[in-house]
Amino acid sequence: MLTVSALTRLHISVSFELNDGECIALQGPSGVGKSLLLRAIADLDPNEGAIKLDGTLRDAVPAPLWRKQVTYVAAEPGWWADTVQEHFTGWNDAIPMVARLGLPPNCGSWQIQRLSTGERQRLGLARALMLRSRVLLLDEPTSALDATSTAVVESIVAERIASGTGVIWSTHDSAQAHRVGSRLFVMGIGGHIEEHQL
Amino acid sequence: MTYIQLTYSDLILPSFLVVMDGALSLVLRLKLERQLAIATVRMVVQLVLVGYVLTFLFAAVSPFWTALAAFIMVIFASREIVVRQKRRLLGFWTYGLGAGCTLLAAGTVTMFSLLTQLHPEPWYHPRYALPLLGMILGNTMTGISLGLDVLTNGLVRERAAVEACLALGGTRYQALLPVLRDALRSGFMPTINGMAAIGLVSLPGMMTGQILAGVEPIDAVKYQLLIMFLIAGGTGLGTLAAVMGGGRLLTDHRHRLRLDRIAADPTGANFSWIRGKFRRGSY
Repeated sequence: MLTVSALTRLHISVSFELNDGECIALQGPSGVGKSLLLRAIADLDPNEGAIKLDGTLRDAVPAPLWRKQVTYVAAEPGWWADTVQEHFTGWNDAIPMVARLGLPPNCGSWQIQRLSTGERQRLGLARALMLRSRVLLLDEPTSALDATSTAVVESIVAERIASGTGVIWSTHDSAQAHRVGSRLFVMGIGGHIEEHQL
Repeated sequence: MTYIQLTYSDLILPSFLVVMDGALSLVLRLKLERQLAIATVRMVVQLVLVGYVLTFLFAAVSPFWTALAAFIMVIFASREIVVRQKRRLLGFWTYGLGAGCTLLAAGTVTMFSLLTQLHPEPWYHPRYALPLLGMILGNTMTGISLGLDVLTNGLVRERAAVEACLALGGTRYQALLPVLRDALRSGFMPTINGMAAIGLVSLPGMMTGQILAGVEPIDAVKYQLLIMFLIAGGTGLGTLAAVMGGGRLLTDHRHRLRLDRIAADPTGANFSWIRGKFRRGSY
């Protein structure tokens, strides 16, 4: 279970719990701070508050290890090497996942420069899914995808949720929020979240 | 060892070459005449002053005055490093990082050469210590400036890539490595270019000066080789310390990228002209 107590980052101040095998859909207007919240939970920006995973304080865990367990996936993933496979610790193990996401198995040698936005988004997600994290913080993970690819992503994440992964899924798509979320949080202008009925 | 002494009046005729540059600027409307005039006056005043200061220091042979002169040189070098940054570190480290790394690298290498190769008597004799320090400082400063500039700009530009690596559980060292490598390459490149071209494309200033002063060319070459080795060592050490130190300052103990520790680009100026200036090097 992920416990977020009095997490403060700029104007954001929130407390909530995320159970294992649960997906919280996170909605709110653009610029309200949804990404900031997800990044703060992953400890990518300075923030205050007590964040615990299964009762263990985040500060007691080395940051790289924390992020392998509580993984943030950006809407526009970054790339630090030239080819796709250089971004995976075990490319051969990732091929089935990549194939499920609709990309050919030989895309490992593709140059990052030639990837479309949608391909980048799916590969960014595949890269994070390979970590088998306890918690996934998905920041608009299907914003650049067509309906078919979106459905594939939703089904893969649903399998992870069924196997116990906790997910916070930020989306502007209300229909998607209702499809994927077991709870719905709406973030307001003041940086507070309210739980809404699904 | 004899050399042809110059008087100030001997310099009047060559100075007309600079006047010619000014005239060209006026005719071609380059708008460089004001900068050219200021630079020329600064050069003349600074060099003449340095001449008198060095004359005093060489006569005094005092550890205090030599150390003070070296300290002032390091302060000016660190100021130059800061001025050449498009994006500067905030707070104490604005000057602290450049000054610390310059002092560490140039000081270490200068001491090394004085104590192991040149053995002047006394070891801090300003006739050897200050010119050596000056040449090493100038090149170390260039390496550090370029390295830090590429580091800060690279981290701003590659923020998404660095944070993607961090988000997947990479350490700050793993995440910064591509940018660190670029910064180190940039810092080393002027020295490597200078070493490769020296003697073929250019005769270095120090060697030319010694030859004009009557030193046998092969002896001047030996001095120049010593200087080049020292410059390579000083630049390598200084750039490495500055880039690794900069990388550490721009991340924190929780392996977060801290771009909030960089001041915004105050001018938005293009830095490429300074790089061109750096690549020429000075030996």
